[in-house]
Amino acid sequence: MSELNSLNIADARDKLRAGDISARELTQACLQAVDQSGALNAFVHHTPELALAQAAAADERLTRQDAPDMCGIPLGIKDLFCTKGVPSQAGSAILKGFRPEYESTVSQNLFDDGAIMLGKLNMDEFAMGSSNETSTYGNAVNPWRRGNDTTELTPGGSSGGSAAAVASDLCLAATGTDTGGSIRQPAAFTGIVGVKPTYGRCSRWGVVAFASSLDQAGPMTKSVRDSAIMLKSMCSHDPKDSTSANIPVPDFEAALSGDIKGKKIGIPREYRMDGMPEEIEQLWADGTAMMKSAGAEIIDISLPHTKYALPAYYVIAPAEASSNLARYDGVRFGHRAKLAAGDGITEMYEKTRAEGFGHEVQRRVMIGTYVLSAGFYDAYYNRARRVRALIKKDFDDVFDDGIDAILTPATPSAAFGLGEMTNADPIQMYLNDVFTVTVNLAGLPGVAVPVGIDKQGLPLGLQLIGRPWQEGDLLNHAYVLEQAAGFVSKPAKWW
Amino acid sequence: MSIDTDTARRVAKLARIKVEDQALPALADEFNTILGFIEQLNEVDIDGIAPMTSVSPMQLKRREDQVTDGNQQDKILSNAPDAREGFFAVPKVVE
Repeated sequence: MSELNSLNIADARDKLRAGDISARELTQACLQAVDQSGALNAFVHHTPELALAQAAAADERLTRQDAPDMCGIPLGIKDLFCTKGVPSQAGSAILKGFRPEYESTVSQNLFDDGAIMLGKLNMDEFAMGSSNETSTYGNAVNPWRRGNDTTELTPGGSSGGSAAAVASDLCLAATGTDTGGSIRQPAAFTGIVGVKPTYGRCSRWGVVAFASSLDQAGPMTKSVRDSAIMLKSMCSHDPKDSTSANIPVPDFEAALSGDIKGKKIGIPREYRMDGMPEEIEQLWADGTAMMKSAGAEIIDISLPHTKYALPAYYVIAPAEASSNLARYDGVRFGHRAKLAAGDGITEMYEKTRAEGFGHEVQRRVMIGTYVLSAGFYDAYYNRARRVRALIKKDFDDVFDDGIDAILTPATPSAAFGLGEMTNADPIQMYLNDVFTVTVNLAGLPGVAVPVGIDKQGLPLGLQLIGRPWQEGDLLNHAYVLEQAAGFVSKPAKWW
Repeated sequence: MSIDTDTARRVAKLARIKVEDQALPALADEFNTILGFIEQLNEVDIDGIAPMTSVSPMQLKRREDQVTDGNQQDKILSNAPDAREGFFAVPKVVE
């Protein structure tokens, strides 16, 4: 039998319920894998004692025969989630030493269902990045390599630690968050499944805020079925988040019928970018053919404002971030700079934020400050919000025309080498999110599914975009794509 | 629209982030690259389009104006870099 940590959620659930394995054994296998994974730098805070206590409670619950699906499942939790009594730094030096006195709603929901936390996962600082290179903990490393080439590759970002941990079987699944593609891009770079739910599905309470109108938590898992199982546990209506939707959470797993006959799949022509690698183009064509042979109708569609999504995002997200990150001032939590004689409170703020925030975070806070400043608010921020309304209308129109799901590439390339983008201008890094960011701006659900391997031996993914609140139907499409693609490759263990 | 070092200095001040003078020209260059990218938005016809305030058509919920939480001063102060006698402590604000 293979290592227990390589199980997926669905299989582990069945074995736990059947009594074939215990949550304790499963957790110990994961903790051992985590201990040996230092080279991946995925887990940045370890909670083995908590994990074993949760495992004991899960085992007791399992013997009572009424355990929820997630009972006894060991997870990694992205560092962006506040976890009670456990360091929660959002990958930033400014939150060094911060131990929340409360638990995020999403992690609480998972724990209420009996899930187990192995520790906290690496990420880009405040979720601002596409390569996990802005983290105060250092880079997380992709378990995949280009064949025998030992160049270290990015696992993507911002949920890079989550992606690396799931792809290397350190845990059965992980939480991620997605503001512009931060679940789907790393999932695609590591050959796993990542879901960004409809805005409002998962409570944002206790998740360190980046851009509040775009942020959503979601599952990162080894299969579509696992995402369906875990997403159900994460979702809830939460009075503590005023944008949390008060609608029932369906059984997403029950929606996985594998039947998409007669469904209409939109292929947006604007996603065919200039200079797109031939392999990505081919992957997209292959995925389209898979959906067609499953009985779906393939329809050419237009989302005319697509090219304006990234520029709109790079106004709206920094604007919201500059406001959200104003709270890191050295007064209530986290780092405070050492002050010189005569320094007043303004110097305290300025030195604390200069020391505590990394370069990319500083840059985005300042861009946000600029676009919100007097005289520019209308020209930048309001204009971006009006363009955002048009981007959402593009999607509304195609869904009104009867499209059930939209198929696109997940990323414009496979995982790139750590450091390879260091000298590029920031826009080059931002282009990683070109296919994913529209979904956040429109508040829609999206999923990245691993579909193929490129010439270098790296995984490539496709993205499916669904109608708002129809995650079950979306995941059923993803399930069909997953089955047809038959992606089963795993990275060869080198760490 | 081009940002010079004076504007970069003003933005850093507004954002309460200390930036050394010698770092300002490079910062201004980065701002100009990003703002140049954002300028594309000027191509879009936005006449008659209202700025989006919420992605899903939902009314922000209101709750009863009642105290639902409190009496946890210790917890609130537990992560403070400097807390004294039940307060957050900061450098002197009033001269």
